[in-house]
Amino acid sequence: MSVTTDTFVRDDLLPAKAPPRNTVGVVGWLRQNLFSTPLNGVMTIIILAFIVWTVTPFIRFTLIDAVWTGPDRSVCATATGACWAYVKAYLPQFIYGRYPIGERWRVDLVFVLLLIGLIPMLIPRVPYKALNAIFLIGVFPVVAYILLTGGHHQFVGSLIPSSLMAPSPLRFAVQYAVFSAVILGLLALYARLAGRPISRTTTPAAMILGYIAVILVLVSLDFGLVPVETANWGGLLVTLVVAITGMVAAFPLGILLALGRRSNMPVVSLASTIFIEVWRGVPLITVLFMASVMLPLFLPEGVTFDKLLRALIGVTLFQAAYMAETIRGGLQAIPRGQYEGAMALGLGYWQMMRKIILPQALRIVIPGIVGSFISLFKDTTLVIIIGLYDFLGQIQASANDAKWASPVTGLTGYIFAAMVFWAFCFAMSRYAAFTERRLDRGRR
Amino acid sequence: MYRKIASILAGATMALMAATAASAGTLEDVKAKGFVQCGANGGNLIGFGATDEKGEWSGIDVDFCRAIAAAIFNDPTKVKFTPLNAKERFTALQSGEVDVLSRNTTWTMSRDSSLGLQFVGVTYYDGQGFMVRKSLGVSSALELSGAKVCTQTGTTTELNLADFFRSHNMPYEVVAYEKNEEVLQAYEAGRCDAYTTDASGLYAERLKLTAPDDHMILPEIISKEPLGPAVRQGDDKWFTLVKWTLFALLNAEELGLTKANIDEKKTSDNPEIKRFLGIEGDFGTPIGLSSDWAYNVIKQVGNYGEIFDANIGPSTQLGIARGLNNLWSKGGIQYAPPIR
Repeated sequence: MSVTTDTFVRDDLLPAKAPPRNTVGVVGWLRQNLFSTPLNGVMTIIILAFIVWTVTPFIRFTLIDAVWTGPDRSVCATATGACWAYVKAYLPQFIYGRYPIGERWRVDLVFVLLLIGLIPMLIPRVPYKALNAIFLIGVFPVVAYILLTGGHHQFVGSLIPSSLMAPSPLRFAVQYAVFSAVILGLLALYARLAGRPISRTTTPAAMILGYIAVILVLVSLDFGLVPVETANWGGLLVTLVVAITGMVAAFPLGILLALGRRSNMPVVSLASTIFIEVWRGVPLITVLFMASVMLPLFLPEGVTFDKLLRALIGVTLFQAAYMAETIRGGLQAIPRGQYEGAMALGLGYWQMMRKIILPQALRIVIPGIVGSFISLFKDTTLVIIIGLYDFLGQIQASANDAKWASPVTGLTGYIFAAMVFWAFCFAMSRYAAFTERRLDRGRR
Repeated sequence: MYRKIASILAGATMALMAATAASAGTLEDVKAKGFVQCGANGGNLIGFGATDEKGEWSGIDVDFCRAIAAAIFNDPTKVKFTPLNAKERFTALQSGEVDVLSRNTTWTMSRDSSLGLQFVGVTYYDGQGFMVRKSLGVSSALELSGAKVCTQTGTTTELNLADFFRSHNMPYEVVAYEKNEEVLQAYEAGRCDAYTTDASGLYAERLKLTAPDDHMILPEIISKEPLGPAVRQGDDKWFTLVKWTLFALLNAEELGLTKANIDEKKTSDNPEIKRFLGIEGDFGTPIGLSSDWAYNVIKQVGNYGEIFDANIGPSTQLGIARGLNNLWSKGGIQYAPPIR
């Protein structure tokens, strides 16, 4: 007898059913991410409406209604959109300022050299980093300086009275030699008293003095370049010169100040602290103002000091103070064990810092360093108050030109400035993120 | 640390060595370096001091510097311009960064007496004016009774405005904004009937309106803003030279000497023209120049009227009428002492 049973036994699994239609695809994504609760739904709609409300007019203004070509203000006077024709006509001035047109190839050359030096430096895989760094830090600034200013400085020396020796480059050379000898002599004396090997102390100093001598000779040579006063520099050129000089010069200075502030030597520590706090305690605009309006009044009459140079020194010292605090944060984050371990290995102070502490500390503070670089880059626009026409200043000034003045000219200029500044800052920030990830790999 | 000390010391020495010896006199310095260093408006004030997209300077103030260069070197291109902003302009002059400040600067007593500078004269008589829509049907500021007036906050403009309306017993309403752009926008949007600022500024701002031709500048000027070049105090020789360059420009217009006709006027019998051209008497040597210095100025740059017309006159985009800046003999107040 066969027992039949009504019991149904499945011997295979049911095929998985498709998920409910409202949980997959576009609808599902929308439900999950944008309309998961009534409150979120309302928020989504409000935000979407806000985006449409703000972005549409912006796109209309910058793209749809914009005027792209034209000879002068007549095309923009009645426009309801951006006047890109004006940006196009003025673009060279936004980049070079009042730099003479015939000499602008020099600026281009500097930009190209900078890119040639900088790009391989930024790509980790490219070899010869040491040579690259020497080019970028030791050679490029001198070449750029000679190209941009024209070089051919006449050093005549003024410390030795004219009755002893007539003003001439030779007098300057004698003066420099005496000055170098005094420095080296003092260092040797110090090494002797401190009981250190004299040659180890004086060799680096001699190299530095020699390097300065080479630079002085180079900038006094006549390369046949027409001199261009810094008063005629402007636009992106000034922005980049101020920002890059500020960043590059402030970085080592900031490291020294940070180490100084954490030093056990009371004088060094106090001096660093005072320096940092004084410079951090005043706004950059005050520093620039002092440098440009007050400083000339303190100097003897007839002594003029290049305006751009004054701004550069002010910006560098200001930035160094901020950099020092950022780096000090990194130094403090390094566990004591690292210091003790380094000392236990018998490393001296500088060796310890260079090989153990700073590499770790700087890695920690990359976001902070980049943050302060970005803010410095944007702060360069403040140089307008001392009459240096940087990128933004040049744009502002050009919007007044009778040939292009119109209701939309100024606005277009500002939008263009915003786009360029954003592009630079965004690039810096992305590169910093990339470096962070790269350096972090070993720690994960 | 050594590096730091070394670089600081090197910097200090270089700064010392860059210092030039005490100057003999501005004219000697200028002649020695071969050009006049002129402080001009870096912020581009159309018609007064501005650079175009090629970096070429133009404007009344700029042409005045070219006139000085023409007087000294017989070459108007021997001038270098330092773009200056309003804050640093006086320091730049005091510290010797520029030889002459020609940057739409108002001549006031406090500036003349306490800033270590001397104004040589007036190149443009400016003053506060009003701009209205032509459709308003107003032809004089005295008809603005009850008007809403747009202006910038916290400037003397606002005070002048109050004085003017009060002294004429006219009610009015101020619509003030912080920024110049906002003022113009408010005026354009019709939030006020009139826009007031310095007349030269009104003409420049008018170009930024959608339809500049629908607006007009009323003839009344309610404040005194004489704009002129200034030099450092204490160098009377240079002061005299710059002052007489300005007078030469004015005298030339009065005598009818222009860039175009000055060569044929050389044969003129008019003793004033003869003295001006250096044919009779020598008025150049006492100010350290050649006897035909005034001829060179007019030949190279033109007379005051020509400079005015080329930069801000009715035929330019600004379209400013001569008004007060006409010669005294033609209903204005521009007046120069004679060359005698």
